Amino acid sequence: MRIDWPLIIVAGLLLGGCVSERVVLLPSPDDRPTAVVVRDARGEVVLDKPYASVQRRAGEIRPVQSSPAEVDKWFGAALAAQPLKPRSFTLYFAGGAEMLTPESEAELATIKREIAGRPASEVMVIGHTDTVGGLEANDKLSLKRATAVREILIATGVPGEKIETAGRGEREPLVKTGDEVAEPQNRRVEISVR
Amino acid sequence: MKNNIRWIAVTLVCLSVNVMATEGDAAGMIKNSKGNVSIERAGARIPGVVGTPLFSADRVRTGSDGSVGVTLRDNTLLSAGPNSLFVLDKFEFESTTNAGAVSVGVRKGTLAVATGKIAKQTPESIDFHTPTSVIGVRGTEFAIEAGSGNED
Repeated sequence: MRIDWPLIIVAGLLLGGCVSERVVLLPSPDDRPTAVVVRDARGEVVLDKPYASVQRRAGEIRPVQSSPAEVDKWFGAALAAQPLKPRSFTLYFAGGAEMLTPESEAELATIKREIAGRPASEVMVIGHTDTVGGLEANDKLSLKRATAVREILIATGVPGEKIETAGRGEREPLVKTGDEVAEPQNRRVEISVR
Repeated sequence: MKNNIRWIAVTLVCLSVNVMATEGDAAGMIKNSKGNVSIERAGARIPGVVGTPLFSADRVRTGSDGSVGVTLRDNTLLSAGPNSLFVLDKFEFESTTNAGAVSVGVRKGTLAVATGKIAKQTPESIDFHTPTSVIGVRGTEFAIEAGSGNED
């Protein structure tokens, strides 16, 4: 068999010379531990430090520590296009009634401004309960709270088609308690503006 | 070849789901758009302007002057730089339990990702992939670049 060496060398240079793929772990905004795992047919690489990366050359991935300047060079345009991070507000109810506390009532203007200020904004209104009552009943109650807040937002002039409601029931307490514990902090509605 | 058949099958399933989808089932929405941006959906090409909803199986493409930012319903942020193509292979999100699944393919160019509620609830149901690798998520923010290979 005749081997065409120059051709193989050229192919090698082409493959070896350029990075055909790259994955970089970025710092997490809240400094919590973060990681990604990059897998291919040959195995996997775990990236668990900010700016740790893998680069693929000649069909093989290898770990490389990158820098913020390199990330800006490679991904600057993509990162500049990143949408605004969603912003979350929490409203509380006075007693067991469907009336907002005065503080929450006062926050409505800020929420309305946030919704108006974002390009193509959307809103998810998410109701939560404390652990008094059964799971199913709390799912219903939390959705009822969310629906009530949706109506309040519409009354302040936010277009209804932007607002979706969800009832998380007692799944996501702000303050961890046992079952059947009345906790005003957990009776709340979160408004996530994206 | 087997892989191609699998992709065709996935695409067909996604297309049929997409036909039934309504505005209410949107997976996300374009929040930023610069230069040439388009969405390929069920064989048609739609301009990718701010406010355009995104559905499962949509292909998002940017030109040499383009960039685009998308927010998914679970607050995942996806943004692509110039000369990029990414596909929202799958998006499911249930807002009561925060259960769901996300699968995004980066065919070429660059994609920056900040994960959302699904990743917090069930990180194992999130995957990002390039033509040669699968990226599993145990964290929040990362970026992917894929070479210009076979777009399909």
